[in-house]
This record gives sequence, C-alpha cells and structure tokens, in this order.
Amino acid sequence: MEYEPVIGLEVHVQLKTNTKMFTRAPYHYGAEPNTLTDPVVLGMPGTLPVMNRKAIEMTIQAGLLLGCKIPETCKWDRKNYFYPDMPKNYQISQFDQPICDGGEVEIEMLGPSRNVMGEHRNVKLTRIHLEEDVGKLTHFDSESLVDYNRAGTPLIEIVSEPDLYSPEEAFAYLTALRNCLVAAGISECDMEKGQMRCDANVSIRPKGTTELGTKVEIKNLNTISGVRNGIAYEIQRQTLAMENNQPIVQETRRWNADEGYTTSMRSKEMAHDYRYFPDPDLMPVKVSQDWLEQLAEDLPELPFDMQRRYMRDYDLPYTITSVLCPDAKLAAYFENALAVYEKPKQIANFITNDLLRELSAAGENGSLPLDQCKVRPEHVAELVQLIDKGDISSHIAKEVFPEMFSTGKGPSQIVDEKGLKQSTDTGELEATCQEIINNNPKPVAEYKAGKEPAINALKGQVMKMTRGKANPKIVDEILRKLLA
Amino acid sequence: MSDASNIDIDYVANLARLQLTPEEKQRFAGQLGDILEHFEKLKSIDVSNEEPMAHPFPVFNVLGADEASPTLSPEQALVNAPKQRDQQLVVPKVVDDA
Repeated sequence: MEYEPVIGLEVHVQLKTNTKMFTRAPYHYGAEPNTLTDPVVLGMPGTLPVMNRKAIEMTIQAGLLLGCKIPETCKWDRKNYFYPDMPKNYQISQFDQPICDGGEVEIEMLGPSRNVMGEHRNVKLTRIHLEEDVGKLTHFDSESLVDYNRAGTPLIEIVSEPDLYSPEEAFAYLTALRNCLVAAGISECDMEKGQMRCDANVSIRPKGTTELGTKVEIKNLNTISGVRNGIAYEIQRQTLAMENNQPIVQETRRWNADEGYTTSMRSKEMAHDYRYFPDPDLMPVKVSQDWLEQLAEDLPELPFDMQRRYMRDYDLPYTITSVLCPDAKLAAYFENALAVYEKPKQIANFITNDLLRELSAAGENGSLPLDQCKVRPEHVAELVQLIDKGDISSHIAKEVFPEMFSTGKGPSQIVDEKGLKQSTDTGELEATCQEIINNNPKPVAEYKAGKEPAINALKGQVMKMTRGKANPKIVDEILRKLLA
Repeated sequence: MSDASNIDIDYVANLARLQLTPEEKQRFAGQLGDILEHFEKLKSIDVSNEEPMAHPFPVFNVLGADEASPTLSPEQALVNAPKQRDQQLVVPKVVDDA
C-alpha cells in the first residue's frame, strides 16, 4: 500500500522588540548569563506584568501579513507547569482567545529546474498567539544550569493546519514564512540564534484516505534543512512500521541531526495538564479598527507579490527575482538603485552577480552583510549609466566593480583615476585600426572574400591594443569603413 | 456536603508538587469538593444573555512602551539561588521538554 504523509508545523518566532513581553528588562542575543533580568522576569512576589505595546503590534502585523482574522478582543492565560526554565512556574500565553485566527502562507515548491518558477500554493494556518519565552537550560552529567536572559521575551507561535504533505513543502513553508517576517521587521528568524524554532507533527495515512493517522511530534529541529531531514526520516520510520504491522505510538521524538534519526523522548508519567486559566494580573486587549488600519499602513509588500511585480513590470527573469525578492534588504537596495537610474535589468544583473559575488568573497563567516557593503545603490546605478553613455564598456565595468567594492569610491572617480574612459577619439582610433589592418593581411583577405566573422579577429586586436578602452561599436564602424 | 468523589486528590497533589498525609488528603479532598460544588451552583445560572468577560474590571489595553529599564545585576539576580556556578543557577538535571 502507498502512504502519504500529513504534516503540521508549530513555529515559534522571537519578536524583534527591545524589551520583554511583560516587563521592560531589555533582551538581546548573546548577553552574559543572567544579566537581562528584573524582579518580574524572576517572578518575585508582588511583581505585576505590563504588556509590551510593540510586541502586540508586531503580532497583529504578522497576522495581517498572513491574512489572519484579528478578533476584537484577546486575552492572557497562565500555562502552569513545574520546570526550572520559568521561575514563576507558569508561562503567560494565550489559550482560547489568541490575537490572530486562521490565515495562510503562500509557498513555492521547487520548479523543474532552477530557472523555472515552481508551483505556488497557500498553506492554511490555525492561529498565531503571543506568549513569553522561557529561560535556557544547559544540561550537564548530573545537573543543569539555568540562564534567565531569554525568559519573558516576546514569542509568537504560528500554528499551521495539518496542510503540508512532504518534507519539501515543510521546507518551502518555513522559508516563505521567514522571508515574510524578516521583510516586515518582525523578527530576524535566525534559527541558529533560536529566533525561529520549529516542532513538527507528522502522521501518515493510506494514500487517498482522508482520516488523519496517529501523529508524532518531532522536536529539536534546529535548522530549516533539519526540519526537512527530520520529517523525511520520520515519514520513512512510520511507513516501515505500518508495512510491518507495528503500531505507531502517539509520542514526542527528538531529531538527532548528527546521526540522522529520531528517538523517543522519555515519556511523561502523565499527559500534559497545564491547567490554563485567565491571568488575573493582565487586562484583555481590544483591537480597534483604527489601530488595525494604522498597523496595516506599515506592512511591506510580500516577497512573492514583489517577485510577480518585478517579473511583470521590469521584465526581470525568474532566476534574478528569486535572488532579489526573498531578501528584503537586497530588494530595497535594488529599488534604491533603480530610483537613481531606471535600468532594472542591468542594475539587477550587477546586484545578483557582481555584488553578491564580492559580498560572499569578503565575508569571513558566510557573506558580508549588505549593510556593511561600501558600494552604495547609487554607485551601481552610476556604473550602468557610464556603460549606457559609452564612457566604459561592460567589460571595463566588470573590472571597475571590485574596485568600487574594496574602496567605496564611486565608479566615475575610479574610471577617471585609472584612465579607463573609452576612447571615442575617432581620429586616433582610425590610425590604430589602419595599423591593425596593415599588420593582419590574413583576416583582412578573409573578410574581403565574404567571411564576415573574420572581422572579429581584427576587432579583438584593436581592443587589445587600446587595452579595452575603445568603444567596440565605434571600432566596428571604423573597421568596416576602412575595409569597404 | 462535599462531593470528594469528583476529585482525584493524588493527581492534583502531584500536579502541585505537594506531598500530603492521608489525613490531609481526606481534608483537602473535602474542601476542594466544596469549591467544586460551589462552581456547580454558579454553572446553574443562565448567563446566555450576558457578555463573557475575562476580567472583573472593564479595563483594556494597559500597555507599556518598548523602552528598556534597568536590569538586576547577576549577583542580585542569583542572590536567592541555593547553588550557582558560571553565573547561572544550578538545578538537579531535568531533561524534559515542558
């Protein structure tokens, strides 16, 4: 029998606020342990939580971006449990009235080849709720260490419906979700820094049936490819079990990325019973229509919408837009250059080829971030302008670009300083062309005998002699005139 | 009178991490039963025409600006920790995802 997998993802995303969810202690990644706490974070008696307006606004924006319904009222609940990652023995979360209901994420599947756009589909969301993150435990042989820096940090949980049907779709979903949230400035979504974390619910069922099978939750999927690999392994494991008539147990399994398999996590003595109840210390939140409209004004264009626009309005090829659009900063860079000189194809080419190559070569640990790049968008525009004016050839431009990248100088300055300006002095060029004609009787004879491509050999010689500074179009004209 | 049969006192005690003597179990089961009974009485009232509320006071949107306030020093933060090392609290090893 053939089986099909059904996957739902629970994605936790840390919001890019300055301070925590219910107190104004700051949060940033990589601080020394236990330096970002205050009495509220530590759950001291008598402390009271105060909501972070920015966190609520960012969550509403995430919901608007993903087409969620924003209910008029949402409220806070306590999720009670004993574990040292939360000093007050409960986590403030949202149980039955989350900020966002429903919604969907547009995903793109891999196309038949890299130059062809893949199929698009909308994956349904169940909800998005806001909660506080917990502290970080580091486990040793006989004891665990607790750092409360992360405790209380605003965290959204984006819950998908069981609406993903392959590891590749899960991968595409996470990628698309991350691109949207990063573009909106809601989170950096860096999985290595724990800013985006993912649990997957995986089940399989006989192909063609609609009832869901027993689901297994997979944890510890720490990278986007880890999510894909962990789910792929789990589908295989469950399929084998089904084929061998072994039962699939509802359980939580941990993905071991190094070894490439999942293992059952120690099952709890009893099922989770968090005894949720409304937090009496926190007032509900009412979201007015005015507030919604105001927040909607700050939303960016979704990456896939931007891609469709670039392909339609700028006639850019899919390959180029699929590099520019998922990266909000790169796309903004492109548009800034375009505002100076409206030649989208040429500018996009310099950005996706030359700029990205230099950035990747310059970075010590991965690519150099775009905001540390010395080449300004207007410099790229200027470079294209120099080519169009005939001041330099595109060949010379390729040499100018690395110089712009290393020095931060504008292209005109580099062209002037290095004397790279194309020679348009036709008198001088004519002399050079005549000299080349005199010295190369063979291609001259061939050309005169009607062998058209022979002229290229002569052109090459002229370009070599002028060290590339001659305008190839003018050289072509002069040669043809002299040989006529 | 109390309806202790509805309460699994061992389960509730375990969730609350409480160790109870047999006498305490009996006493608390009775008291908790009384509370449940009280809620049963509340449940009998028809509230279908009332607007649900999450809080006794009709106050909404008590929000703070996202501006950082001072933090505790790590020494202050850990002053009550029974055991500490590397500027962190030391707890018995508990590998479990809550």
